[in-house]
Amino acid sequence: MSKIANAFKNGKAFIGFLTGGDPSLAKTEEYIFEMIAGGADLIEIGVPFSDPIAEGSVIQRANLRALSAGTTLPKLFALVERVRQKSQIPLVFLTYLNPVFRYGYERFFQKCRSVGLDGVIIPDLPAEEQGEARIFAEKEGVDIISLIAPTSEERVRVIARNATGFLYVVSSMGVTGVRGEIQTDLASMLALARSVSELPAAIGFGIGTPEQARAMAGVADGAIVGSAIVRLIEQHGETAHEPLRRFVAEMKAAVLES
Amino acid sequence: MSNGRYGPFGGQYIPETLMQEIHALEDAYARYSDDTDFNAELETLLREYAGRPSLLYFAEKMTAVLGGARVYLKREDLNHTGSHKINNVLGQALLAKRMGKTRLIAETGAGQHGVATATAAALLGLECEIFMGREDTERQALNVYRMELLGAKVNPVDSGTKTLKDAVNETMREWVARTHDTHYLLGSVMGPHPFPRIVRDFQAVISREARAQVLQAEGKLPVAVMACVGGGSNAMGMFHHFVPDAGVRLIGCEAAGLGVDTHQNAATIANGSLGVFHGMKSYFCQDEQGQIAPVYSISAGLDYPGIGPEHAWLHDSGRAEYVPVTDEEAVAAFEFLARTEGIICAIESAHAVAHAQKIVPQLPENESVILCLSGRGDKDVAAIARSRGVQVHE
Repeated sequence: MSKIANAFKNGKAFIGFLTGGDPSLAKTEEYIFEMIAGGADLIEIGVPFSDPIAEGSVIQRANLRALSAGTTLPKLFALVERVRQKSQIPLVFLTYLNPVFRYGYERFFQKCRSVGLDGVIIPDLPAEEQGEARIFAEKEGVDIISLIAPTSEERVRVIARNATGFLYVVSSMGVTGVRGEIQTDLASMLALARSVSELPAAIGFGIGTPEQARAMAGVADGAIVGSAIVRLIEQHGETAHEPLRRFVAEMKAAVLES
Repeated sequence: MSNGRYGPFGGQYIPETLMQEIHALEDAYARYSDDTDFNAELETLLREYAGRPSLLYFAEKMTAVLGGARVYLKREDLNHTGSHKINNVLGQALLAKRMGKTRLIAETGAGQHGVATATAAALLGLECEIFMGREDTERQALNVYRMELLGAKVNPVDSGTKTLKDAVNETMREWVARTHDTHYLLGSVMGPHPFPRIVRDFQAVISREARAQVLQAEGKLPVAVMACVGGGSNAMGMFHHFVPDAGVRLIGCEAAGLGVDTHQNAATIANGSLGVFHGMKSYFCQDEQGQIAPVYSISAGLDYPGIGPEHAWLHDSGRAEYVPVTDEEAVAAFEFLARTEGIICAIESAHAVAHAQKIVPQLPENESVILCLSGRGDKDVAAIARSRGVQVHE
């Protein structure tokens, strides 16, 4: 059992995302601890990429800010190492494949293990293409977290069977970003996933309010929130500490009520 | 998985949300590419609507001026909508219709692929939205209006470098949001499998015709065929049926912008490295961190940081050669062809003309070469004038 399972130990989980290096690496480090203080159970750190094709405009802008601030993968590994000295919270990267590929799969997953990163989410690496990375990830005990989409249908069986860490259930079609309503039949998706996998499942994409978080955690084991957090950081820049902690606490409370 | 691979290149590196749809496309293509009715309908459209076969024109004056091998021009510029793009567009639009799609979306750089897609959508009664980098909508304003005339909605893209790569990003984002009624009509031999294969097959009509035409005219195969390369669709089309002919050199001409040793170019084979982007493993212009590099070319259609996976493989296996051509050389070749043959070709195609000017004088007079003129140059006249310091109003 990987450390990621710990995130789901205390009831329903709240998973928070922020883009690494937005507005700066120092602030990202402080903000991670604010999110932990607010009650986050797992933190996703986005590795900024020049062309984030699965992201909506909010996270696209965060990627640009982080890259302009000089954020790189080696610097984010150093950040994880610093956070790890003070906290055992499960940490994962959300990264597009190319930065990992350029770094080298073997070296990348060795580094993940040595700094204490528990898993990676790679939105442009579907099940069929995971083999080339998975051999190195498994060797180092790092989870590659698989995504399940509303269009996955029967693919859910194959994906869930090979998945590690947790199942990332994409709530609706489209890119990341807060949505007014989520209409997917998530209960059926979850039922199918659970029939083939013991892993916890968390729902992400489009969740921005406590009501949505409560509803999503109601059908799954947790809720993932990215764009709403990144937007707070965009609004408050270097002084997002307080609003961030308050927002995470509110969302965590909603998730627990579900 | 060997499917969709060219050596180590290719693959399907896309979000899970699109996987079901991409498999549906694979299935539909497998079914219809061998379907008699489908192929008959496509052939009729290519002949009656697009104007195929395109001419293989012996450029006698250019041959005389260069003083070497006999130069033939494969006149894709004479197709309906003015470029080779229509070959792929008609094929994919028919396929989309067979799949029950009612809406086409596409990226465009210079606007040629967007115009072709909007044209097919108008003809076949499909809705159409085109994504085009803001910078490209400005340098190719006339094509934007053409697309609108044809009933398409043009969405200027303001993210990233505001050029072709960003248009592809935005079209993918749109497709992730809406697959049930929408086909992404990808314009080049790039992206996730099966697009590199589908686009190559539909463009292969270029070399199928050209090979027969040159045999008819010369009684033997040419020593080289050449074409410009961005993503690489006209080049793949020009190369495909010559790939088994070991004696025919396949030459792709990349956009070297201000020079391969500057930061202002789009020469992927010269300057790129192995990476994974836009759904495929291939060569890309990128930095050490794997961030995709901003690229530059005077030609909006070649202004792309990657190259199709089959080209990457043809390069690595040594079957094809790829050479850089600068903006300055391309502009000079654009003017050369206009004055020598009375043909105003696309600035993209002028990259191939420029390379022909370099190598044809060294080739024997009793041999021939074929140049793919991928498009016509009306769209480029204003920009070329500007680059020469002449102000014209469109």
